[in-house]
Amino acid sequence: MVTIIYATAFYAASLLLVIALGRRIWLYATTPAPLKIPTTPAPTTKGGVVLRMVREVTVFESLFRSNKWIWLFGWIFHLSLAVVLLRHLRYFLQPVPYPIALVQPFGVIAGFTMVAGLLALWARRIVVERIRYISGPSDHLMLALLVAIGLSGLNLKFLARTDIVDVKEFFLGLMYFDFSHLHRLPADPALLLHLTLVLCLMVVFPFSKLLHAPGVFFSPSRMQADDTREHRYARSAKLESTPRRA
Amino acid sequence: MAEASSDFDPREKVHGDPIEMPHLACGAMAGSKPYPAAPNHQEPLGFPGELVPDWHDKAISRLGELLDSNKALRVYLDSCVKCGACTDKCHYFLGTSDPKNMPVARQDLLRKVYRRHFTLAGKYFPKLVGAEDLTKDVLGDWYSYFHQCSQCRRCSVFCPYGIDTAEISMAARDIMDTIGMGQKYSNEIIGKVFNIGNNLGLPPKALKATLEGLAEEIEEETGVPVKLPIDVKGAEILLVTPSADFFASPHMEGLIGYAKVLHESGVSWTLSSHASEAANFGMFIGSQENMQKVAMRIRDAAIELGVKRVVIGECGHAWRVAYSFLNTLAGPFDFLDPRYPFPQHICEFTNDLIEKGKLKFDKSKNDEYRLTFHDSCNVARASRMGDKPGGQFDIPRAVLRAVCNHYFDMAPETIRDQTFCCGGGGGLLTDELMDLRTKGAMPRMRALKEVAEEHGVTHMAAICAICKAQFSKVLPQYGFDREAIVSVHQMVSNAIILTGSVQEKELEESHHD
Ligand code: SF4
Ligand code: SF4
Repeated sequence: MVTIIYATAFYAASLLLVIALGRRIWLYATTPAPLKIPTTPAPTTKGGVVLRMVREVTVFESLFRSNKWIWLFGWIFHLSLAVVLLRHLRYFLQPVPYPIALVQPFGVIAGFTMVAGLLALWARRIVVERIRYISGPSDHLMLALLVAIGLSGLNLKFLARTDIVDVKEFFLGLMYFDFSHLHRLPADPALLLHLTLVLCLMVVFPFSKLLHAPGVFFSPSRMQADDTREHRYARSAKLESTPRRA
Repeated sequence: MAEASSDFDPREKVHGDPIEMPHLACGAMAGSKPYPAAPNHQEPLGFPGELVPDWHDKAISRLGELLDSNKALRVYLDSCVKCGACTDKCHYFLGTSDPKNMPVARQDLLRKVYRRHFTLAGKYFPKLVGAEDLTKDVLGDWYSYFHQCSQCRRCSVFCPYGIDTAEISMAARDIMDTIGMGQKYSNEIIGKVFNIGNNLGLPPKALKATLEGLAEEIEEETGVPVKLPIDVKGAEILLVTPSADFFASPHMEGLIGYAKVLHESGVSWTLSSHASEAANFGMFIGSQENMQKVAMRIRDAAIELGVKRVVIGECGHAWRVAYSFLNTLAGPFDFLDPRYPFPQHICEFTNDLIEKGKLKFDKSKNDEYRLTFHDSCNVARASRMGDKPGGQFDIPRAVLRAVCNHYFDMAPETIRDQTFCCGGGGGLLTDELMDLRTKGAMPRMRALKEVAEEHGVTHMAAICAICKAQFSKVLPQYGFDREAIVSVHQMVSNAIILTGSVQEKELEESHHD
């Protein structure tokens, strides 16, 4: 029973995530940008823009210039999250690729630093007056959800160890649509808690501020090249159809 | 008009760290509102004369149209994570302490309505995600706080996603115009541009008289017959400059500077009575249609006069519109000479001549000025000069250093792309907003105070008509001299030695002695 519920839930959540997020990305990609509005000084070439974007998403360049504390905690959290996600790939890949095997011990440390980063961000949200002012219930809930995912994951690793081989078999079965012998998911509360929280995250992702992840790649102030004098920019059908004298 | 409210004493506030974080004072600026536009300001721009009866539905549907036609708006409304990085970056927040002047809080005024009507979460869980209906109160907040944003883009520099509150303010103002709730100052001015040709409403005749007067003045001073031609067909260069340059100090001294440089360059040039205004307030109200209509005048004038190049005078947002938008809105300009950048900034023009060694200066003529430079927002964060990123910072400074002996930069966190707005940009340069303007100028005034105390700086140069007008008003309030604000080309004008001028002879004689 548990197996069927979770199998269905994971399919549903994945489908929702792909469709809703895909729709959002499609909207971002296809909405016209009528004018060039890069925040200058901006790169003057496409290559330069790619570099700017790489710096933004890897070392959070703008945030670094803006506020060292938010940068530090935010960067620790995101980096840790990336390592944790890499570590989790081993539950979905058979055989486990060598790099993923290498990451394993770091993944455990990252589990702790991820939660620490989140808690520090949360503390700022509560303690710093101006950030408290702009925080709504959803901002706190999002942090709570992420912290809970981190803690429930660490719990699985250190306190309530589950039969991870079974879990892996279950997910491999889901991934290869191999229903005839879909492996039983252990009905272990600690595990189910972790999985349920992850399901929640998948569902809220495309409807929440987590949209910043795809959004940053479509932000005109960051992804446009500063080259209006060199190349005429004309993207809006409305502008093109404006009657012209001469 | 209304001076800064009593608990804000500029002379006291002028001391301190320009980026000092204030304690929040909720609602401190809720009462700050510009005069509303009357029907005769609204209608010529294609907006309803007064608040339409179905304003709510119209506003929401306009928001929907904007979302579909502006990638920036769509992405920015979704992407904010409330990280707080922008919260202490707005000069209006630093000056007023009103939390709704924090960039993210300003965005949220629109975002909460967006969420309510255009997102699933906001439709079903409004409380959770801070979604709200567009009520009269919310609309009142919009009118108040979207007119406390000078669209300076300082917040966008620091946001990890580049979220530009200026874009949000423009969209909100567009929505308000669409439902008949425009702002008098900007809309009246756009009307003047359509009717008369410039923001100040100077008719061509008065303009000609002014230019002749200036030419006489220059000849008197230098002995050289420098002309300020207007509507001359077949001239090589069309100069488009803010109309303040024809009218007020220190703008006019800047215009004299352009005229001297252009004269010395030997290239023929002209102004145009049809395009006697570089400013384009269509940008401030976020109306692409109006911005385009205003921009078209430059194209028309260039074609009619048969010029080969277009040079833009000292004006911040006008340079943004010219540099970033003109080619899109009114192009292609393939009839101009492709060997020159289109458009070209007057500072680029002057700097080129300086680099080629074609201009002669007597720097000592500016020795009574100990200068600093105020980077104007729209030049700094929304355009460029020269062919490298950041040329907009280096070129005006290079010009200043070429013409004066004493130049000092203000604190690094207040210049270049981190520059603070003068406090009067974005369509807020109107008397009824004097309280806001005074408070918004505080970070800049503090930075100026620092260099005044440290390096004995006496004057601040700028290349923006709005900055100059704003500083002329607020400098005295902060205890500086009203004339401490100067044009960059005013400094050029003071130091330039025109060929065949009285100053040239004097200089030669002093060398012989
Ligand atoms: S810096 Fe950007 S993401 Fe952070 S709160 Fe401000 S607008 Fe939102
Ligand atoms: S654009 Fe400038 S004035 Fe507007 S919110 Fe951002 S920092 Fe403040």
